[in-house]
Amino acid sequence: MPHDLAIAWRRPASMIAGRRLSRALVIALVALAVFALLLLADGKDPLRAYRDTLIYVFGNTYGFSELLVRMAPLLLTSVAVALPSRLGLINVGGEGQLYMGAWLATAGALGFSDLPAWQLLPLMTAMGFAGGALWALLPGILRAAKVVNETISTLLLNYVAPLIVSFFIFGPWRSAESSAYPQSPAFVAAARLPSLDGTRIHLGLLYGIVCLALYGLALSRTRWGLEVRAIGGNPEASLRLGIPVRTYMIAAMAVAGGIAGMAGMAEVSAIQGRLVGELSPGYGYVGFLVSWLAGGSALGILLMAFLFAVVSSIGDILQITQGVPYAVVNVLMAVILFIVLGQRKPMGAR
Amino acid sequence: MTTSFAAAVLSSSVVSGTSLLYATLGELVGERAGIVNLGLEGVMLIGASIGFAVCSTTGDPYFGVAAAAFGGMGAALLFGYIVIGRRANQLASGLTLLFFGFGVSALIGRPFIGASITGLPRLALPGVGAFDLLVWLAVPTAVLLWWLLFRTRWGLALRAVGEDPAAAFAAGRRPDVIQYQALAVGGLLGGIGGAHLALALALSWDEGLTAGRGFIAIALVIFARWNPLWAILGALVFGGAESLQLQLQARGAAVSPFLMSMIPYLLTLLVLVFWGLNRRSAAPAALGRNYFGVE
Repeated sequence: MPHDLAIAWRRPASMIAGRRLSRALVIALVALAVFALLLLADGKDPLRAYRDTLIYVFGNTYGFSELLVRMAPLLLTSVAVALPSRLGLINVGGEGQLYMGAWLATAGALGFSDLPAWQLLPLMTAMGFAGGALWALLPGILRAAKVVNETISTLLLNYVAPLIVSFFIFGPWRSAESSAYPQSPAFVAAARLPSLDGTRIHLGLLYGIVCLALYGLALSRTRWGLEVRAIGGNPEASLRLGIPVRTYMIAAMAVAGGIAGMAGMAEVSAIQGRLVGELSPGYGYVGFLVSWLAGGSALGILLMAFLFAVVSSIGDILQITQGVPYAVVNVLMAVILFIVLGQRKPMGAR
Repeated sequence: MTTSFAAAVLSSSVVSGTSLLYATLGELVGERAGIVNLGLEGVMLIGASIGFAVCSTTGDPYFGVAAAAFGGMGAALLFGYIVIGRRANQLASGLTLLFFGFGVSALIGRPFIGASITGLPRLALPGVGAFDLLVWLAVPTAVLLWWLLFRTRWGLALRAVGEDPAAAFAAGRRPDVIQYQALAVGGLLGGIGGAHLALALALSWDEGLTAGRGFIAIALVIFARWNPLWAILGALVFGGAESLQLQLQARGAAVSPFLMSMIPYLLTLLVLVFWGLNRRSAAPAALGRNYFGVE
């Protein structure tokens, strides 16, 4: 794949304005209708599924809190895509970066379990960040040196990271207490991110919101942001202006990977309480869709992450009430994206 | 022991390389026409699930392969409509196709999890070995594709569209029609690649059966320098890496199966690095760019 492919990466204009919002609603309705037809063809009842989802998500605080639980990793993996996209880089490796963040954070939780929480949790967060950052560093360097396109390298590494996690939970870290289900030993209480009383909403949501806010502010208010946007606009001209384009590319990939790694840290620390093999139902990939649909805008990411958290609850409901595999929710996401991609104008410049 | 081991590795690398070769050829045709389909993995998944479902219900594996080929073609043409008809970004559309294929194949394959099939029958050629029909046809397909691309007017037009659609248009060709044709052929081959995986290698269905082979195939196109004949070698090498680790696992090697499962992905990355370092770009010049015509 030639490296100038990245030029083809065009950002949709920001989708926040009112007209855009109504258009987004129409798209969502059309996508839901198409998906309903597919479910009907499979002999399922789509209307019941949608009604169940509405009741589940908005009918009680538990369902809504679960929505926010899902949003936490999505916000982080979306920022992990959005940041490099501003440079014209396509980071599709959020999934692998998330797993590596979870892996290194687990190393912290198991290795320093005698530390108090106020030391252990920041350490684990930093290690989670480092795990993801290291995983994205290699594609970043290869891209900056114009050796390998970052799209394909990040995708390939997505398949390696879960194998590393599996190697550890089947091998060195295998918990003695459960022989049937491979997983690491449970984390000590100090290694668990605090959750809101009675729910599973955890501090990871705050990580997501803070990262998103920092991303938005850094891009619009700092010199770094200006230079990043300049590189995204015209890398050649930026290089001639003396902007260190390659350094920016490597740094952006590493920071992005680190942010996705924090999502992995939050999942093991707050939700699972141990390292398990099935950490993510594709948060890394969905983050790509969220960021793409939002056009990299911070507010757009917030809205789209919420939308996709709802979509993912539809998947849960379908699985529980109608025995449809969760993976089918990918079709709904794909239909939404196909419709958006198929629109000529809002997807931005020619 | 060693000769039988080598023979086992060789014969199983031919079998696992076959599915990769079909998929690589499929991606290659599209890329020669200027379209990069990152959703090849999704096309393969759709092919694998349809092939398995049809084979399991009708009991005829060839019927399954045919259905998979058309399923793959359908998925590729849907992608074609988005990127050619609606001129959407190819990379984002390709990833969307990956999601689509993952979901659709999960839905198609759901009733068949745990089902078992006999798969493609082996046809013996005296003195060479016994492989299924798709294995025997793999190399001829690559040669045929090479001939089509480099020795026919259609192939010339297709490559011209991949290099410079505007020039091809000026020469009286329809870039969009040729790209649809290329994607149709590519989807057909990708679907067959997925079917071979389900009907000759796995003999069962599970979500995400292809496990990243679509992405390895995309990398193999770069390895093959967009030439079908080199793709044969690439598929054999990567089929070899995969079968070596499977044979080692089967013989109880002391290395963790998880570490060995990484080999194909890491080897792919390594090859890409090596190729990238001494690069004489053979990529079609207009790869990944949309052609907006002369409206």
